[in-house]
Amino acid sequence: MEQPLLGVEDVTLQYKTRDHLVTATYRVGFEVFASDRYVVLGPSGCGKSTLLKAVGGYMAPTEGCIRLKGEVVRQPGPDRMMVFQEFDQLLPWKTVLDNVMFPLLVSGKMSASVATERAREYIDKVNLTPYAGQYPHTLSGGMKQRVAIARAMAMEPDVLLMDEPFAALDALTRRKMQDELLDLWDEIRFTMIFVTHSIAEAIKVGSRILLLSPHPGQVKAELNSVPRTGAGPDEARLLEERIHEMLFAEPVEAAVASA
Amino acid sequence: MQAPEHPGLVVERPERVATTVDARNFAIATKPLSTAETILNNTVLRKIAIIVVLAAIWEIYGRWLNNQLLVPTFSATVKAFVVAILSGELLPKVWASIKVLLVGYAGGVAIAALLTTFATITRIGAEFLETLTAMFNPLPAIALLPLALLWFGLTPLSLSFVLIHSVLWPMALNTHSGFVSVSPTLRMVGKNYGLRGMRYVAKILIPAAFPSILTGLKIGWAFAWRTLIAAELIFGVQSGGGGLGWFIVNNKNILDIPNVFAGLLTVIIIGLLVENVIFRTIENRTIRRWGMATS
Repeated sequence: MEQPLLGVEDVTLQYKTRDHLVTATYRVGFEVFASDRYVVLGPSGCGKSTLLKAVGGYMAPTEGCIRLKGEVVRQPGPDRMMVFQEFDQLLPWKTVLDNVMFPLLVSGKMSASVATERAREYIDKVNLTPYAGQYPHTLSGGMKQRVAIARAMAMEPDVLLMDEPFAALDALTRRKMQDELLDLWDEIRFTMIFVTHSIAEAIKVGSRILLLSPHPGQVKAELNSVPRTGAGPDEARLLEERIHEMLFAEPVEAAVASA
Repeated sequence: MQAPEHPGLVVERPERVATTVDARNFAIATKPLSTAETILNNTVLRKIAIIVVLAAIWEIYGRWLNNQLLVPTFSATVKAFVVAILSGELLPKVWASIKVLLVGYAGGVAIAALLTTFATITRIGAEFLETLTAMFNPLPAIALLPLALLWFGLTPLSLSFVLIHSVLWPMALNTHSGFVSVSPTLRMVGKNYGLRGMRYVAKILIPAAFPSILTGLKIGWAFAWRTLIAAELIFGVQSGGGGLGWFIVNNKNILDIPNVFAGLLTVIIIGLLVENVIFRTIENRTIRRWGMATS
């Protein structure tokens, strides 16, 4: 059997607030294989963003471990490029082109001319070539997220970590960005972990979906999404209903019982 | 009454589909502003107009008062200014002041950079810096001059010492608070690229905190300039020579009041030039271009 690219082994994550020690996830385990569009889905407060930060190397698990290609993840690094939800993730003092080039140059992977070429190629992939010389503050929210995606992809990381990248966009732009992301995947077949709280987005974007229960996050199920082509609209709708039932089963039952 | 066709609609009415007009057919889509509007919109021109009005008021008051020993007119001041420059008396004094100023300013900025870097890397460094700024920022630099004179004697070192004190604290305070307020997302982005230590400070924190750093540089400059002139007023008397401050106090002693005003005018002109040319240019090329300016 093929080896997984990324292994999350019974990871418990805890962080401290001013006066509490909060357990974000409890013994969550899953595996991501090459070219997976792996979606982590759960309601707010299920620790899915915290989990992604742990994969990114920003926090260490209190229990369990995270391995990328067999190596334990200890700190952030450009082999796991992150795309954040916030629009301020671009460096405002750099143009679109320089923003995409910056990680390429900083990591010392390539010369300036090769980096320029690579950056232009990925800016073209997200259809922003006319804006390459502009500063981020002149771009719309959707364009900023495209730049962030191009910047992360240009590094050709082992795995792309996306933390609700479209959540702050308006509904129309969000749908367009989802389609564009899938088109890019068809072309490059990159591996990504995509965190979202939207069931519809999970089904549309993902090839495999991890369901987390709320507070603290525990694995509820790991499902296959519907195929991108050849599946009827009913299949997606049925999956959506199934996921909805699994995630919200308990509160609904409790409500029925008390009524 | 007939049952409504659309139960959600309270007032029944038909749907409508419209066609939009092509923007090229509008009377005005975009039109350049008229020359008068462009001139009125120019900040530099408006500021110059303010200065002209102030100079006119000064001139009128001076003529009405008609007492050269209290308030010489604007024209007399300008004349004294031009004569002082042409006679070669003023410019060397200005240069002497600026030389001392630049040494003190550079020293203050350098020490502030060291302290804030230390404060960024370690928590004890941050607490150290916060305590020191809380203690020394309210202390007027000029109050240290007697001590400086005692320690370093009548040397430019004394002036540099008080200048460093006047620049260091506002500069360190602003830079530190700028670093602290860099957004968590940008910090994570920097870490994501594998940036650590000094590279992280230089490539992420400094540009991200640049608006605050620039504010610190501006405040530091203003404090240094004021402190220098004030210090020279004292220092000059004791050593019998010096820069612009000495020029002012010396001319007051010989009751050449238009020259006193010319000295003050020089202080103002240099202040305006540094603020509106040097700092303005830096702002336009950095934080304004990056969309990081608050005003």
